[in-house]
Amino acid sequence: MEMDWIWGLVGGGLIGLGGAVFLLGNGRIMGASGIIGGLVDGSGLSNAAERLVFLLGVVALPLLLRPLLSETPNTHLTSNIWVIVIAGLLVGTGTRIANGCTSGHGVCGISRLSLRGLVATVFYILAGGITLVLFRHLWGMI
Amino acid sequence: MQRLFLALLAGGLFGSGLLLSGMTDTTKVQGWLDVFGDWDPTLAFVMGGAIVPMFIAWRLTKGRRPLVGGSFPAPARPEMDHRLITGSVLFGIGWGLAGLCPGPAIASLSYNGTGGLLFIGAMLLGMVVAPFVGRQLDRLATKG
Repeated sequence: MEMDWIWGLVGGGLIGLGGAVFLLGNGRIMGASGIIGGLVDGSGLSNAAERLVFLLGVVALPLLLRPLLSETPNTHLTSNIWVIVIAGLLVGTGTRIANGCTSGHGVCGISRLSLRGLVATVFYILAGGITLVLFRHLWGMI
Repeated sequence: MQRLFLALLAGGLFGSGLLLSGMTDTTKVQGWLDVFGDWDPTLAFVMGGAIVPMFIAWRLTKGRRPLVGGSFPAPARPEMDHRLITGSVLFGIGWGLAGLCPGPAIASLSYNGTGGLLFIGAMLLGMVVAPFVGRQLDRLATKG
C-alpha cells in the first residue's frame, strides 16, 4: 500500500509515454473512448487498422507482463450484473457525447492546457464522487 | 507499417502503464472517488505521471510534423458546450458505479473475467446509442 504512489507515478509515466509516441509518431491523440468509439460508430473506419493495432497493444502487453508480476492482478470488479451493465452503458454513452474520457480529456487534454479537457475532468470526477456518496454511503448499493 | 508499429507500441505502453499503476483495479479508482471512505490518492499520481511526458510531447509538436507524416491535431477548441458537461457527468456516474473507464476496461480484458467482458459489451452498446442520446440532449438544450 505504501508503494502504491510510486507504482502510480511509474505507470502514469508509461501511459504518458504511450500518448507521446502516438502523438509525435502518428500525430494522433491517445483517447481510449475515441479510438474504440470510432470503430463502433463507423466514424474512424478510414484508419481502422491503426486503431485495432493500438487496442491489440493495450490488451497484449499486460498479458505478456503477467508472469513477471508477483501476484495475479485482481480488478475487484463487482459481481452485480446490473451495476456492470448500467455502468458500461453510461461510460460508453457519456464518453462519446463528451468526446473523451480519462485518457483523452484527462491526460491528453489537460497536458495541452485545454480548458475543455480540464472542465470535462472536473465534471466526471465530481459526478463519480457524488455517485460514491449516494450509492455507497447513502444507499449501500455498491 | 511504421504507423502500425508505433500504434502497437503506444497501445502497449498505455496498457502496461494502466496495469502497473493499479488503474485496472476498480477498488483503487473507486477509492480515489470515495472521499468519505478510505480515500486512495493513487489516481492523482497516475494522472500527474502521465501529464508530464504528454506536456513535453505537446511542446515538441511546435514547428514539427508527426514521424509518419501528416499533421498534428488541430488546436484545442476553446468553447464549452452542453455535450461536454452532460456527457462527462454520465461518464462519471458509470465510472463511479463500476470503477472502470474505457482504457482500463480494455487493458484488463485478459484477467477481468466475464464481468469485464460484460462491461465492455455494455460500453460498446452505449457508444452505438450515443449519437441518438446526444441528439436528444441537443433538443432539450435548445428548448431550455
